[in-house]
Amino acid sequence: MRHVISPTDLNLSELNELLELSEDIIKNPKKYSEACHRKKLATLFYEPSTRTRLSFEAAMLNLGGSILGFSSSDSSSAAKGESVADTIRVISSYADICAIRHPKEGAPLVASLHSSIPIINAGDGGHNHPTQTFTDLLTIRNLKGRLDNLTVGFCGDLKFGRTVHSLIGALSRYENINFVLISPEELKVPDYLKEEVIKARKIPYKEVISLEDSIPELDILYMTRVQKERFFNEEDYIRLKDTYILTSKKMSLAKEDMLVLHPLPRVNEISVEVDSDPRAVYFKQAEFGVYVRMALIMLLLRESEGRPQC
Amino acid sequence: MLNIGILKQGIVIDHIKAGGAMKIYTYLNLEHLDCSVAIIKNARSNKMKRKDIIKIEGTLDINLDILGALDHKITINIIKDGEIIEKKNPTLPDQVENVLVCKNPRCITSVEKSVPHSFKLTDRENGIYRCLYCEQGI
Repeated sequence: MRHVISPTDLNLSELNELLELSEDIIKNPKKYSEACHRKKLATLFYEPSTRTRLSFEAAMLNLGGSILGFSSSDSSSAAKGESVADTIRVISSYADICAIRHPKEGAPLVASLHSSIPIINAGDGGHNHPTQTFTDLLTIRNLKGRLDNLTVGFCGDLKFGRTVHSLIGALSRYENINFVLISPEELKVPDYLKEEVIKARKIPYKEVISLEDSIPELDILYMTRVQKERFFNEEDYIRLKDTYILTSKKMSLAKEDMLVLHPLPRVNEISVEVDSDPRAVYFKQAEFGVYVRMALIMLLLRESEGRPQC
Repeated sequence: MLNIGILKQGIVIDHIKAGGAMKIYTYLNLEHLDCSVAIIKNARSNKMKRKDIIKIEGTLDINLDILGALDHKITINIIKDGEIIEKKNPTLPDQVENVLVCKNPRCITSVEKSVPHSFKLTDRENGIYRCLYCEQGI
């Protein structure tokens, strides 16, 4: 049984197939409106989520399928102490495919080990969130026309941000990628990621503090939120949070075709004045999330053994 | 060096990182063995400055390579008739189960006790294992 737990669970060829199908859905959404007729998606959300759960549900409804599930652990058997393994064994007989979000890292992998239906990791703590990464890749590919030959800047919390770690891993598989890692000293990319991914794949990179100095060279700027709770020193937070507010003034230093992505929710790290800039594509990115999830559901159901193709 | 006595037949686990002997002692369940076991802690070492050593009398039927997951720098000496007949460094297994324990409080293994603690080797040179579930290194 095929599952998607980590962004690298799809090889480059499979990823390409996923993105191509997503692009076709963008062009012809009606063509796929009955693609998963009579199929059921279970959304097991052990912690609250707005965009991801609704995006998965919208994706399945767009494909003509149905949805069932729960949106917090309080309304599931987890509240009675049921294990993830037992829950998924039962759900496997109710649905054809399952998206699972869990606050504990590795829970979707545990589910996949006991499931007879495809499992999609919809986020496990601070660990993986593959469909966000696929969304990011689709956004770049659709709007930039390529996933290679790019200088990609990541800005903000690069230490704890799972979306950043996953996207670095995913983009590292493409040719001629450069990373500019823009963060305060306290929130730099973890050493293991630099050693085991960036350096291991000989990706050119640099670590800088100033967004203004680096923004002119970027093709993509991936903004993240600097989280106050991560700082031990209030003064440092106050000093650094202003550095990473993207404004129209800073955008004026960027290339004309640079794209600004953000996994959302945006708090104050991107000024609302930037929203009207055509290079600000984070809301488009959220829309693409539905298409890429539609494509993923279709491909996994197609691969699921002994089940009719949709 | 503290002299514990000559081992006629058995195993000497040498070059254990100082302070790490009890982890190996516990994993091997040595407290349940009838034979003599000596633990030497903080022995002086030219290579490591300080190290731990475990001497076990008699034969021990276990996969000693597993110990590499606990401490990849150890040396295992097989003793027979008071002589070292074999000296080996463990080959690190690609994956181990219930040998290492994930200490990440955010990992699923911290709340679901039926989930085995599985680790995969991600850096053979430095002996780094990562939890299969949360990928935290150890």
